[in-house]
Amino acid sequence: MRRLSDFDIPGGDDGRADAGRGAPLSDARKGFIGTIVLVRTPETAGGLGGAEIERRLLEMGFVEDAPVEIVHEGLFGRDPIAIKLADRTVALRRREARSVMVRAAAAPPR
Amino acid sequence: MSAADLAAEVETRPLRVALAGVPNCGKTALFNALTGARQKVANYAGVTVERKEGVAMAPDGARLTILDLPGTYSLRARSPDEAVTRDAVLGQLAGETPPDVIVCVADATSLRMALRLVLELKAAGRPLVLALNMIDIATRQGLDIDVEGLARDLGVPIVATVATRRRGVDVLIAAVQAAARTASAPATWHEPSSGEIRALHREAERLIKAHVKPPKRPDTWTGRLDSVLLHPVGGLAVLLVLLFVMFQAVFLAAGPINDVMTDGFNWLAGAVGHGLPDGLVKSFICDALISGVGSVLVFLPQIMVLFLFIILLEDVGYMARAAFLMDKIMGGAGLHGRAFIPLLSSHACAIPGIMATRVIDQKRDRLTTILVAPLTTCSARIPIYTLIISGFVPNHHLFGWVSEQGLVMLGLYATGIVSALTVAFVIRTVFWRGASEPFLMELPAYKMPDPLNVARLVLQRAEIFLRRAGTIILSMMMLVWALSKIPLAPAGAKDPAIDYSFAGIIGHALQPVLAPIGFSWQMSVALIPGMAAREVAVGALGTVYAVGGGDDNTAVLATTLAGHWSLASALAFLAWYVFAPQCASTLGVVKRETNSWKWPAILFGYMITLAYIAAFITYHVALALGAG
Repeated sequence: MRRLSDFDIPGGDDGRADAGRGAPLSDARKGFIGTIVLVRTPETAGGLGGAEIERRLLEMGFVEDAPVEIVHEGLFGRDPIAIKLADRTVALRRREARSVMVRAAAAPPR
Repeated sequence: MSAADLAAEVETRPLRVALAGVPNCGKTALFNALTGARQKVANYAGVTVERKEGVAMAPDGARLTILDLPGTYSLRARSPDEAVTRDAVLGQLAGETPPDVIVCVADATSLRMALRLVLELKAAGRPLVLALNMIDIATRQGLDIDVEGLARDLGVPIVATVATRRRGVDVLIAAVQAAARTASAPATWHEPSSGEIRALHREAERLIKAHVKPPKRPDTWTGRLDSVLLHPVGGLAVLLVLLFVMFQAVFLAAGPINDVMTDGFNWLAGAVGHGLPDGLVKSFICDALISGVGSVLVFLPQIMVLFLFIILLEDVGYMARAAFLMDKIMGGAGLHGRAFIPLLSSHACAIPGIMATRVIDQKRDRLTTILVAPLTTCSARIPIYTLIISGFVPNHHLFGWVSEQGLVMLGLYATGIVSALTVAFVIRTVFWRGASEPFLMELPAYKMPDPLNVARLVLQRAEIFLRRAGTIILSMMMLVWALSKIPLAPAGAKDPAIDYSFAGIIGHALQPVLAPIGFSWQMSVALIPGMAAREVAVGALGTVYAVGGGDDNTAVLATTLAGHWSLASALAFLAWYVFAPQCASTLGVVKRETNSWKWPAILFGYMITLAYIAAFITYHVALALGAG
């Protein structure tokens, strides 16, 4: 299965591709603390279509610059995940979390 | 009509207020605080979305009608519920008068999403008031909100409320009355693009930075509870214990009440029947009206206990966690995490299970759950399973303690669960491919349940069930009764009376069709009254084999059946009952919940096909193995 980082993503590219795009939230593990750098779903995402999934993520509060922390993981395949998102907790599957690019906080506590 | 007349008319008719808000903001609690017991629950015209309306009394004696709209994060509707909210807010809902004022309810401790919704609602053009609910919790957490500054910046009047204690309600009503006197602007709302959603977020973020200081003592309870309740292993263990307690409660607490009710209805049928001459009238009153409706009404205590648990867990905030824990297992079958509770409830009875699918927002997820819920082993199958098993499965024990009869029963339950998940999987991979909804759900902060609210919701469920029992279920019962009684047996007839009825005629007509699955004409005839409710088939078998009714005679009947049926036929009969749509009430409820005859027709069609195939295979495999 192709990862989101395989797609050509416009925006957020300041020359240092990795730093600009970050890594998909779906690859992060419990305890991860960071910031959202980009929310973008490729049109090929299937199901409802990329644009719709992207808007739903945005509506649930997954927006650029929002602070995120993975606080819980499911038992099977560590899926779904629960994200502390600013002052709320939101659960989603790793499948959808692929559309959320995050950058780890500079000095993770703990 | 002159402008003065128009103004006078506006003055005299009650103000129409619509409550909007993101999920879990305490909107329903505020609705209850505003309207008290003066509320009624119905459906919106043409859709199955629940419509709750109530009347609030202003301190000055004016009446306000309050409409509780489904919770939504955005006016961009993603589900039928949210479409209702959008259309109501924009004044485009068929059959609804547009609201004079919109009250947006917000959880004061979590303002971001609410502020974004307010910004969207402003574009709807109607006078708007923001209710900052749960302000007591915000104050306790040391959250500092500059209400006046926020109201000025937002351009919307703000009232702080504590819905559970009715605090701020009168101030809110006064603010609504004041807002109603301001002019509406033209609606400029359109479906926002992803760029516009981002812009709305930025604006909400700016408002929060400017007017809200973060809490000094944030809520730590939710996090601490979740470290146990959402623990990958511990969380599942707690869930299982909760489920165990829930089912024990359903059967233990509701069981005795059930028995009393059953006895009561039997006594009533006997007492009424005593004064009536034998014949159709007596049979109609005793069998169709009293026993027929009674046999459904006895499920009321179970339904209420079940809903008490479901509503309590929902109110506390646990239900979202249960969905989180079960999502992977449910997701494997193409179901949503939230489908778990309805499927579980269906083990008691498919009727409350199907009613409980209302917790699933997405239409296809909900329909899939409704379609597979009747496959789980409901309690009405137990009498039939017990009868056949006691007649045909030897009462041996494996290894000295594992009952063979118990094993067969367990196998039948497992078959129910496996087939429900399999059918769901087939529906989602063959018919509704690529329609899978993202699992994207807020895990709300835990809060103490509001006993009054819980009681009110349980009573509302009971009322809905009773209304259903009084209409569709009653008419089904009467139809099945008529089929089994008319025409009457001729005088001096030797065969049981049912043999001469339409049910008997249909049973005989069906027999050639059912012969390949090993059913005799007696079995075929028993299927017809069994349509009213599965367990009625037991009584019907008693009738066709002329074994008197009553619980004591189940053993006699089992022996009689063992003498008449081959083992292969008996197993085929069991297989039939695992799948057969033998419950008119379930079909009626599916009709009510989906507002169309299409879904009960599909449900009936696929289940009867599965039942035939399963019985056919069972019968022929058993024959081949020498069980003929």
